[in-house]
Amino acid sequence: MNESDARAAVFAALHEIAPDVEPDDLDPSARLRQDLELDSLDFLRLLEVLAGSTGVSTPEDDYRDLTTVQALVDYIAKRG
Amino acid sequence: MEATTPSSIHWPVIRKDAAELAVRPNLVDYDEARASFDWSDARRALSGLPGGGTNIAHEAVDRHAAGPLADREALRFIRADGSVRALTYAQLANEAGRFASVLRELGVERGERVYSLLGRRPELYAAVLGTLKHGAVFCPLFSAFGPEPVRQRMEIGSGRVLVTTRALYRRKVAPIRDELPELRHVLLVDDGGPTDAAPEPGTLDLAPLLAGATDYGPTASTGPEDMALLHFTSGTTGRPKGAIHVHDAVVAHYATGRFALDLHPDDVYWCTADPGWVTGTSYGIIAPLVHGVTAIVDEEEMDAERWYRILADHRVTVWYTAPTALRMLMKAGAERVADHDLSALRFVASVGEPLNPEVVVWGQEAFGRPVHDNWWQTETGGIMISNYPAMDIRPGSMGRPLPGIEAGVVARDETGAPVVRDGEAVLCEPDATGELALRPGWPSMFRGYLHEEERYRKCFAGGWYLTGDLARRDADGYFWFVGRGDDVIKSSGHLIGPFEVESCLLEHEAVAEAAVIGVPDEVAGEVVKAFVELKPGHEASDALRLELIGFTRKRLGPAVAPRLLDFAPALPKTRSGKILRRLLKARELGLPEGDTSTLEAGR
Repeated sequence: MNESDARAAVFAALHEIAPDVEPDDLDPSARLRQDLELDSLDFLRLLEVLAGSTGVSTPEDDYRDLTTVQALVDYIAKRG
Repeated sequence: MEATTPSSIHWPVIRKDAAELAVRPNLVDYDEARASFDWSDARRALSGLPGGGTNIAHEAVDRHAAGPLADREALRFIRADGSVRALTYAQLANEAGRFASVLRELGVERGERVYSLLGRRPELYAAVLGTLKHGAVFCPLFSAFGPEPVRQRMEIGSGRVLVTTRALYRRKVAPIRDELPELRHVLLVDDGGPTDAAPEPGTLDLAPLLAGATDYGPTASTGPEDMALLHFTSGTTGRPKGAIHVHDAVVAHYATGRFALDLHPDDVYWCTADPGWVTGTSYGIIAPLVHGVTAIVDEEEMDAERWYRILADHRVTVWYTAPTALRMLMKAGAERVADHDLSALRFVASVGEPLNPEVVVWGQEAFGRPVHDNWWQTETGGIMISNYPAMDIRPGSMGRPLPGIEAGVVARDETGAPVVRDGEAVLCEPDATGELALRPGWPSMFRGYLHEEERYRKCFAGGWYLTGDLARRDADGYFWFVGRGDDVIKSSGHLIGPFEVESCLLEHEAVAEAAVIGVPDEVAGEVVKAFVELKPGHEASDALRLELIGFTRKRLGPAVAPRLLDFAPALPKTRSGKILRRLLKARELGLPEGDTSTLEAGR
């Protein structure tokens, strides 16, 4: 999947799970927990939505690296 | 409708033999311990203030700082990168004393409320203990709350001081500051520093105040019945309730730490709860420090690999965690544990919501130790019913009452009210479901809901404190959780009042009516789901659904806001216009709708 499709999928999933996040706050370096204030349930649901939209399922081992918006985009782009 | 916990009689009993345990448990013979226990014995294990009186900070740090434990690590903080900063008992006492001095210099008086909205960092712990030392009252708020829960709780408790960070202040407090006239001082723990911009107006930088603080001197001469802590909880209706706890609660923190957590002097203990909730204060701060053990504090959020590494690297011996976290670890797989040496781990306990038997048993597979469920709530201040290292576990049961605690299951009439005969509540036969109740009088029992005498009074009937939880007691005295007796939602171990969430939804211009329930979730137990009836002129759409969820998340924060939302053409109501949340829930779960004439008691 190219990066722009991956970015679109990540933004759409974020909008579904945390519609309170303003598009302006979706800086690539924004941290999911600290800056966007996702909690751990939000995070699990975000991965579920992404699995549905992109077919990329995420093993638990990879959770710890997915800390920022960009990290998630790169991850989906690489595997989608 | 009483659903949820799978009946667990089919799970084999996990047998215990005290003689096989490497460390002799504090409670070897349950019946003997109950028979011989007396609260005054527990009180004698503490030292009391030099001039008489009781103060939690004295028992938790000052007495250790002045004795042989002075150089022992009290708190060991684990930063995001895994590095460690530790405070010894002497250092923690010093930090707490400085914070107490800052309060005094700011003119904060005894009994006034000091709030925190803060992650798990050293300043929080010093603030809790310093506030208690000064004789003021501490009220911790969960840092993931949105502005509205923060505003309500600060207003109800007339917060004088708030300790927080610059980012949290900007996001959650600055927009509502005008509505909090009683709030005099906002202390920022992370202001200043070379990279920082101009100071935040209306706030003080805590670090230089602490650095310049003078010696506090003797601890405030608080009495055992003086207010020490204020913890908020939610009911079905109305505003959040501020449960009042007093300094004497420390007696129960000590006794329950001894029996239910089996704390021994050399333990490295880790309670994963955030001090924004009562578990994180009673058992993340007070109980381990009173016992003089080393308590681990992870500054980061839950992550399976990180947690196993902490358990292994720090040789954690006693671990107190929550079902949601254990279920996440279970999802991650038991094989992950194999890479880590958890041989130091002696005792695993869990609280927050009933622990399903699968998890109790999984603990044996993963850690070689079963998980010990226990039960308590904000109002009880400490663990009331528990499983113990040397008592057989019946997987799915919350265990048996602590020594000093008398628990019962009170019969309910068809309206859900307790059955009282001749002034005494009627108890259920074994295995029958009723309301879990406790005989009042233990030291950490709440002494009131702040400014809500009527709601407090309604918690007692026929000689018992009624917990709001439905339970049964088997013929051998083990208690089993059945469900909530009201409409309160239990998500990730935290109580969420449907009324708070509905009120927020009703503030949106498109919403005519709202009803909020908990729906089952395999990780969190329940998640919040909202049903919304729209005003004329508004159309149900996916965009509006997301707008409403976003609207509530901004105001309430992710821990309280609904994660799911459906539109309904009309919400089911009673003849008097009250929304029937139970009917919605029954429909959602595909259960029989039952007798819909019943109304919740709504304490």
